[in-house]
Amino acid sequence: MAASTVMPRSRLPSRLKLREWAAGYFFAAPFIIGFLAFTAFPMLYSIWLSFHKWDLLSPPRFIGLQNFIKMIGDARANLSLYNSAYYTFIAVPFQLVISFSLALALTQKLKFRDLYRSGFYLPIIVPLVASAVVWQRVFHYEYGILNEALSWVGIPPQKWLFDVNLAKPAFIIMSFWMIGRQMVIFIAGLGNIPQSLYEAASIDGAGAFKRLLHITIPMMTPLIFYNMVIAIINSFQTFIPAKIMTDGGPENATLFVVLNIWQQGFQFFNMGYAAALSWELFVIIVGFTIAQFYLSNRWVYYEA
Amino acid sequence: MASTAVLRKPVFSRRQLLERLWLIALQVLMTFLLVTFLVPTLWMISASLKASTEIFQHPITWIPRDPQWSNYVRVFQVIPLAKFAENTVIVVALSVIGTVISSVMVAYAFARIRWPGRDLFFSLLIATMMLPEVVTLIPRFIIFKHLGWIDTWLPLIVPYWCAGTALYVFLIQQFFRGIPMELEEAALIDGASRIRILTEILLPLCKPVIATVAVFALLQHYNSFLEPLIYINSMDKWTLALGIRSINDSNAANWELVFAAGTVMVAPIIALFLVAQRYFVQGIAMTGFGGR
Repeated sequence: MAASTVMPRSRLPSRLKLREWAAGYFFAAPFIIGFLAFTAFPMLYSIWLSFHKWDLLSPPRFIGLQNFIKMIGDARANLSLYNSAYYTFIAVPFQLVISFSLALALTQKLKFRDLYRSGFYLPIIVPLVASAVVWQRVFHYEYGILNEALSWVGIPPQKWLFDVNLAKPAFIIMSFWMIGRQMVIFIAGLGNIPQSLYEAASIDGAGAFKRLLHITIPMMTPLIFYNMVIAIINSFQTFIPAKIMTDGGPENATLFVVLNIWQQGFQFFNMGYAAALSWELFVIIVGFTIAQFYLSNRWVYYEA
Repeated sequence: MASTAVLRKPVFSRRQLLERLWLIALQVLMTFLLVTFLVPTLWMISASLKASTEIFQHPITWIPRDPQWSNYVRVFQVIPLAKFAENTVIVVALSVIGTVISSVMVAYAFARIRWPGRDLFFSLLIATMMLPEVVTLIPRFIIFKHLGWIDTWLPLIVPYWCAGTALYVFLIQQFFRGIPMELEEAALIDGASRIRILTEILLPLCKPVIATVAVFALLQHYNSFLEPLIYINSMDKWTLALGIRSINDSNAANWELVFAAGTVMVAPIIALFLVAQRYFVQGIAMTGFGGR
């Protein structure tokens, strides 16, 4: 400090500026280093990998576009895409309806609202590995609680995770249990809708259903959109339940994309091919996200 | 919300009556759903205390007839659960501390200092928030292998000392922006260093956002499965998540042990939730993030 007061006045700003720049780079250094080392470089490296065949033992071999050509005709990879798409596009709309309905219900004048809210939220803080080992048994043919509950209403027991046709639906059912995050976002959004809108509508004679349809839902479209985008991105990357509960079975019915990439990389040691597959997933996820933002202009209401 | 426009009258009108009935029906429905949502977790805890004969019995019993506390002793003998817990505490603590320190630093640089390249790096930060993690899965593994970090905890910790979760930086940065600049300009003129300004002036003001970030980072690293699965081979370095998966494979028929291990892993998180619920809900409302 003492030094800078001795400096001639005219040079003060630039010196201060340099110090500020230095401070900026110093404080931002963790991100700059981390970004280069753990994001940018791996991504470039992954592009390089996807043009090579490498099992980590013998030296990598350049094979041009072969990984990508193989990918297009790979029945297993295509099945994993189908499985993930099936799971995502059936689970997400239901998740949104359930979480939105719960949020609506929990903004009514009910008793114990905080208790309900915590209860619906709790499942998503339970570590997913623990949830998966429990749900694996929830779906158990003989001793699972789902079949037990179904028996109360006279539905015969199902094989769930061992049935090719029911394994994906079982995963979808499990996903309904983990909608707490979406619900909390919706509750926060519902609280932000100006009360005056409802009052005005009531004066105009709009009933509860009309107010929901013409005020609540339009005002909530940005959050519905947000939750939808996040849920699709996350569902496409489901890994833990599939790895724990079925390991992709039965007959690859729950071989989801990330599980397939994991197997290619860490079971079969096709590093180059696994890298190519992850680029495929990257393109799909980013493509979807961009498409949704584009389509959102048509149905999402943004206050000017 | 629908009922605010209705005025109180001494006698119930038809409309009020309907509304009361509707609220009662809703209350019943919500209670039913609440129980349904809690059942898997409660079932896990209940079955963890049962004798294996009682688990495989119809009809199901919800309260164990003769609680087998010894299941919890056995599970610690069957797998080195205490060791896994110890490892988890170390890995999670180091990752969370690193996350908080580095995220605060970086957020400070983005929010309160002008430097060339700031806008570029900020866009990159936002871009990494949207980046599907799986793209860097394979190359990161190979990079860490070249560094000799495989089968150590370094890949689980070091990236998070580099503000590895962009979302947290973004959150803290937003918070910093809301604090008037005059505060630190005055301190700068008085000759205070930036580190002192950050730790003594800004940090005390943003305790809530830091608590939220810490809670979410804790959950994230405690739940982490894919990373330890890829990077850690030796059993004596496993975390709880890997331990649960292993007992689920090795003792698949001994449900009570699997559930006891599951309960051991879940209990601290539920305790944390009860203590710090505010930060969980706040954090989600702020970010839409939490768990996967």
